[in-house]
Order: sequence, then structure tokens, then C-alpha cells
Amino acid sequence: MNYIFYFLIVISIIAGAINGKLTDVVNSILMGAELSVKVAFSLIGIMAFWLGMMKIAEKCGLVEIIAKIIKPVTKRLFNEIPNDSPATGDIAMSFSANALGLTNAATPIGIKAMEEMQKYNVDKTSASNAMCMFLAMNTAGFQLIPATVIAVLISIGYKNPTEIIAPTLVVTTIAFLSAIIISKIFQKLWTPQKPAETTAKKEKEEKVEVSA
Amino acid sequence: MNGIMGFISLWALPFIILLILTMGLFKRVPLYETFTDGAKDGFKVAVNIIPYLVAIIVAISMFRASGIIESMENLFAPVLSRFNVPADTIPLMIVRSLSGSAALGVFSDIANTLGPDDYATKLSAVMVGSSETTFYVLAVYFGAVGISKLRYALLVGLLADFIGIISAIAVCNWMF
Repeated sequence: MNYIFYFLIVISIIAGAINGKLTDVVNSILMGAELSVKVAFSLIGIMAFWLGMMKIAEKCGLVEIIAKIIKPVTKRLFNEIPNDSPATGDIAMSFSANALGLTNAATPIGIKAMEEMQKYNVDKTSASNAMCMFLAMNTAGFQLIPATVIAVLISIGYKNPTEIIAPTLVVTTIAFLSAIIISKIFQKLWTPQKPAETTAKKEKEEKVEVSA
Repeated sequence: MNGIMGFISLWALPFIILLILTMGLFKRVPLYETFTDGAKDGFKVAVNIIPYLVAIIVAISMFRASGIIESMENLFAPVLSRFNVPADTIPLMIVRSLSGSAALGVFSDIANTLGPDDYATKLSAVMVGSSETTFYVLAVYFGAVGISKLRYALLVGLLADFIGIISAIAVCNWMF
């Protein structure tokens, strides 16, 4: 992420200078910063609503029931998370909301799932395997009905807009499955997370050695 | 087909809300208190995300404003035209992982200028419909729990996006 952040900004400035668009690039900083706050603030209300709803769903045992239903799947995909944890139920509910195109509900519930997964994370500043899997599945954007796209197609007078659903579903399924497979491969290849305490200890030891 | 889809998207949300509330009432959960107790965190979570969103959204706004996406269009056009990919859809492939609103903007633009019968309209419709904005998702979800070391999450997201683009091209070539 460090490099991507660096290169996105450096390349933008260089390319902006070459294309004679440096003023646009500078102005976009302010616009981007403003937009971020707008996005975050527009989330507050709907976030509060779904966090409230999810609290009821959790207390009445609904999340637990859903977790039990999808246990066979999550057991394989999220092996760090205990089966009876509310995290499993939250993950399932977030995906159902996503698949149905309920983005407004999916994001708050997904964040709740992340908070639950964070409880089982050994290093609170770095992403656990379960989180990487969850986000990989999320970024693949599995959705049954691409409602916004169909709306645009209708607005331009497209004769049969629903013909777009089948190919979209095929593509999104391929992307979704490959995201899962790639995450599984990377889980094995990537350096495992170190528990936060041991890394802190190691750093101390190294410092001692350096000073000695 | 159309009717069923419409019914599902209309009733999904009301159904979930009814299910949660009814089951809560049935199990004697104090609905109002539990709701407000959970909702309290809404503000905190949204505010926690801001630094992560600013980092990502500002970097991506700068990237888009720099005109580099147009330059990439010229670079990739000759290669992609061999696979029957119209040059108009190239900015979409890049922007799709970066910004959801921009991707929708590019798509509307293609649809409105080229019209409903053009292949580019169909291909871009499938590309937009089958994607989620990888950078935004990572910023929001990791931001909410304060994680800054993403490990392989971004790489997987981008690889899956890339596979999505290739399969969109293949499927559209075959179907339309």
C-alpha cells in the first residue's frame, strides 16, 4: 500500500505536468478531500440504522442461525474464525445484502463483520487471512441484478435491458471464484502474520543488540 | 424473468427488516433499546473511516485529473482492438477498480454517445455491472477497524478485477 499510495500521487503529478493539467491535479486534491468527508458523513445515518438492526438480529439469535446454515462453506473459507462466532453470521448477511444489490445495507453489515473478525486477529494493525478473503470476495462484486446498469440502459432506449443480466452474472461469478482461489493460494505463499507482542519483543531485542 | 427480479429487489429489504424485528419481538428482545444501543456506533465508525478515505480518494482524484488514463487508452488501443475490444471501453477498465461513480459516469457517457445498438455499450454494461470498486471497498472496510497493513488484499482484488475484465471481453464476444 505504501508504494501504491506513493506511485499514484507521484505519477499523477508527473503526468499532470506532461499533459499540462497540473492545475487540475492540484484542484483535485481539495475536491477529493471534500468528497471523502461527504462519503463518510453520508454513511453515518444508514450505518447507525443497520448497526441497530444487526444488534437486534444478534440478540434474538438470527445471526447465529444464519451462521449455522452456512457453516459448511465458511468453515473452509475462513478457517481462523470459530464456527459459532457472530462473525460468520455477519459475513453471510453482508454477502446476501450484496448479492441482492442492497449496497446501503451491505456496507454497514460488512463493517460489523470486519469488527468481529478483528477480535480474532493476532496483529490488530495488519489484515488477517480471514479479512483478506472477505474483502477479496467483496471486491469481486457478486450481484444478482445489476440494477443501476439496467436503469442507464433503459434511459437510452435499450430494447431488452435484462439480456445484460446473464453475461454479467457469468463474469461476476468467474471473478468471485477466482478471488477465492487466489486468496487461498496467497494465504499459503505470503509471510504469515506475527502476533503483535512477539514483534514488539523482537524489535526491543534488536534495539538492544544495536545499542550493545 | 423481469417480474421475478423486480419482485426480489423490491421486497428484499422490507423482508429482512420484518424478519429481524419480528424475531426480536418473539424472543422478547427490548427492540427500541437494543436498536439505539447498536446505532450509537454509527457516528464513530463513519468518522474512523475518514483518514483512510481521504488517502485513497485524494490519490485517485489526482490520478484521474492528470490525464494519464487517456494516455493509457492510446497505449492499449492497438493491442486490444485485436481482441475486438472498442477503444472507448479502455478508460472504463482502468477506472472500474478506482472509483464507482467515475465508472458509472464513463459508462453513461458511452451508452449515451454510442447508443443502445453499439457493441461498446453492451461490453461496458457487463464490465460495470460485474464489478465493485476495489480501492473504495478496501479503504472503507480496513479503515473501519484501523488496519493499515493490507498484506495481499489489494493484489487479490486487482487480480480478480483483471480476470473479470478478460472474462467480460470473452463472454461478450461470444454472446453479442
